[in-house]
Amino acid sequence: MSRSSTGHQVIVATDCGSTTTKAILIERTPQGYRQTFRAEAPTTVEAPFEDVTRGVLNAFSELEEISGRRILDGERIITPASGPVGVDLYVSTSSAGGGLQMMVAGAVLTMTAESAARAALGAGAIVMDVMASNDGRPAHEKIERIRKLRPDIVLLSGGTDGGTVTHVVELAEYLAAARPAPRLGGSFKLPVIFAGNKDAREAVKEILAETADLHVTENIRPVLERENLGPARSEIQKLFLEHVMAQAPGYRTLVSMTGAPIMPTPAAVGALIQSVAARQRINVVGVDIGGATTDVFSVFDGTFNRTVSANLGMSYSISNVLAEAGIENIRRWVPFEVQEGALRDAIKNKMIRPTTIPQRLEDLKIEQALAREALRRAFEQHKLLATGLKGIQKKRTISSSFAPGAAPQETIIDMAALDLLIGSGGVLSHAPRRSQAMMILIDAFEPEGITRLAVDSIFMMPHLGVLAQVNETAAQEVFARDCLVELGTCVSPLNRAKPGSKAFDYSIAAAGTTLEGTVMAGELRLERVPPDQEVVLDVRPGRGVDMGEGSGRPVRARVRGGLVGIVLDGRGRPLALPSEEAERKSLVTAWSTALDAYPL
Amino acid sequence: MAHAYTAGLKVSRRTTVRKERILPVSGEVLVAKGSSVRAETVVARAHIAGSVSSVNVVAQLGISPGSIREYMMKREGDPVEQGEVIAATKSRFKWFRTLVRSPATGTVETVSTITGQVLIRHPPRPVEIPAYLDGTVVEVREAQGVVVEAEAAYVQGIFGVGGEATGTLRLACDRPGESVGPEALTADMAGAVVVVGERITSALFSRSRQIGIAALIGGGIHDSDLRGLLGYDIGVAITGQEAITPTLIMTEGFGEIAMARTTFEVLRSHAGRRASVNGATQIRAGVVRPEVIVPLGEVGHRDDAAESRADRRPSTGLEVGMQVRIIREPGFGRIGTVVSLPAGLVRIETEAEVRVVEVRCEDGGVVVVPRANVEVIEQD
Repeated sequence: MSRSSTGHQVIVATDCGSTTTKAILIERTPQGYRQTFRAEAPTTVEAPFEDVTRGVLNAFSELEEISGRRILDGERIITPASGPVGVDLYVSTSSAGGGLQMMVAGAVLTMTAESAARAALGAGAIVMDVMASNDGRPAHEKIERIRKLRPDIVLLSGGTDGGTVTHVVELAEYLAAARPAPRLGGSFKLPVIFAGNKDAREAVKEILAETADLHVTENIRPVLERENLGPARSEIQKLFLEHVMAQAPGYRTLVSMTGAPIMPTPAAVGALIQSVAARQRINVVGVDIGGATTDVFSVFDGTFNRTVSANLGMSYSISNVLAEAGIENIRRWVPFEVQEGALRDAIKNKMIRPTTIPQRLEDLKIEQALAREALRRAFEQHKLLATGLKGIQKKRTISSSFAPGAAPQETIIDMAALDLLIGSGGVLSHAPRRSQAMMILIDAFEPEGITRLAVDSIFMMPHLGVLAQVNETAAQEVFARDCLVELGTCVSPLNRAKPGSKAFDYSIAAAGTTLEGTVMAGELRLERVPPDQEVVLDVRPGRGVDMGEGSGRPVRARVRGGLVGIVLDGRGRPLALPSEEAERKSLVTAWSTALDAYPL
Repeated sequence: MAHAYTAGLKVSRRTTVRKERILPVSGEVLVAKGSSVRAETVVARAHIAGSVSSVNVVAQLGISPGSIREYMMKREGDPVEQGEVIAATKSRFKWFRTLVRSPATGTVETVSTITGQVLIRHPPRPVEIPAYLDGTVVEVREAQGVVVEAEAAYVQGIFGVGGEATGTLRLACDRPGESVGPEALTADMAGAVVVVGERITSALFSRSRQIGIAALIGGGIHDSDLRGLLGYDIGVAITGQEAITPTLIMTEGFGEIAMARTTFEVLRSHAGRRASVNGATQIRAGVVRPEVIVPLGEVGHRDDAAESRADRRPSTGLEVGMQVRIIREPGFGRIGTVVSLPAGLVRIETEAEVRVVEVRCEDGGVVVVPRANVEVIEQD
């Protein structure tokens, strides 16, 4: 149900999350498209409702109450819009019921298997396991693993066109021997996509014909030097709609209600971030930290990557943040004494009662310390996957990649080249002060040089991502005007100044006034420059300090303010906290005071 | 906005409990609809396909995959014993022949002319599903399993570890919060489901294991103790598969916290009856909480007039007069009554503006708490 994209006056979009279905209303105003109202209702995929459309209709009802617009006629969406009645387009994303869960396999762990993982992640999946001929697991372990996983879809790749057939066929044999069952709909055959060596297609078809619902698409790695992820990603999204969604309760009805294909939530966010990077010709990193998982998206020089850290989150998975980061890494961000036992109990209590919120300031600081570590680790995992394919021909061959200890490719994430860092998720979007969100992002991601920071105001990137598929103008206009909350700009050296020495001098010139100062090593400072104000920033680094143009070389740039302002970060990179307890507490306190992050 | 409070844990003096007992794969149902079952009764049985071993025959014989069939002494579908020869090189003199033996007993599943590997499927593994609680079979799902129903007292815990267990319900103390040392657990509690009204300590756990107690039900536990018992840190709250005995169920949370009085009283009133418990917990969409079920009637007897299903009762949200539990600091674990529900947003210490609830605690003091930080104590 949609008018031509130019004719959309009123658009409604939902994101059916695992716990909440969020609906937004977008209306065309004389100033362009604006997001005007928002409502939410519990998602109803699980018992006792077992029908996702219940939650969607409930969210619409609330939207009707808040906005005064009639959207529903019974359970039918009124279309097209006419005055205060109806909408022209309805679009939706979904991650309900655990999202899209996939297993991927390839001949070589660091080559085709890694490409397969990138294809699945980019399509919005959680990758449950990456299997490869050389992953070190014996055959029976692989088969057992496939049997136990119960993924929604398997992506099987392997071999360049004309390359290895044996390793690919071997994986198909394991898959057939495992007789895998899909997660939803036990009586259906598991969808398997083969996107490997075209010479292996016939053999794979023969082996998997009985046990799987096989779909063959173009090789994701036709030659070593080039990835071809598009066809596999399209196939994944098609199967997501046709099989996975079709098995989920109520989705057949939901599909019939929407004016564009339903997208997995992370795929929609990824599409939006790619579109922003392409339009503005910038490098972007986006992060969405949820209760259970943390998604990281990046676009560097046009190359898109997405990772999902399935067990790093702020409620369901908060205990895993502690388990992975360790207590000392959490405690280092907390400016007061915390007993390990009490902290452990508090974190576990948050895990078992995930909807609670910090009431005391101390508890808020502890949650924000956990958020820093969750984000930091999720970003580390992202850097490991976001690698380029350059130089493979020179440096690596199949045989060298099979060798134990084969060197990983260098990450393409270059923090000095990052233009925009976007944070999303309750702990960032709903931080009582915006400066808290800015500090968390800076501490976790350690941006270098000059970087703009923003948060997604009310988590509408998924809605805008799916909307961009049918009306990119509306999606871009709402993104710029209502979605992003500009926090400001972070200015930081790429390296560390010597303790006690000057990190850099700065001057900020705007509208006839100039703000000047010196930032010492280890110091954090804030200059308040409002949002939408563009200023000229001059930075003169201290001895040996590199602001991005080389050691000691000055930098001039036009930068933007924000709700927080311009943060001048003299702490250097990589960020290091003192090991001495009193010194550390005093420094962490000084940093948060400089940004006016907490009430005194 | 969606309701900003946490649905409470269920504590029911009498309710109808229905449990699906479903096989992981199709199999055979062993009981009929209407039959009375004990917790231990096997209600359904199936055979799960065995695991698979692989043998790289071509590598061992030094032949090409395309010619493997010429060297195979077994074909797909043939049964084999562990150590039995499945392939061999050809030679007029048998002592010159290279033999490939099966690594396992089972059936030859595939002989690949592309990879040269042979897969041996191990014999199927039987899996049996017990009834789990004393009750009546009210539904039979052909080849899948059954639904067992019983009138029972029902207590949901907040977190548990370990799987299903059944035993006589015993109390190790007289009231919640009473200090319980390991000496309170006596040898005659072997196989029992034992209630302690306060925190489960490492000492209590060790003593329980020594005696052979089936399950321990307590108010809280220190995370450090739990980590010590399991040998690892629980990262994500999905439990039930832990290989530990006894099964542990905490009714309130982590820390020094006593069992809520209502919960304790329900359990105490049924001491001596058989209880079925499960520590399995999953805190995501589709929440699974650990549970204690105490069937009340005789096996096969249902008192339909007394039926009340807590899970059918619509959740109405917070209301004045409801009993609630504070589930976050400050005041974590305190129980009180809702005295008012201010409509507007209130700025709390963190500066967040949230909807709050005023709660009169059992000691008479009134506290203001974010609605997200209380849970309703559901009772019937």
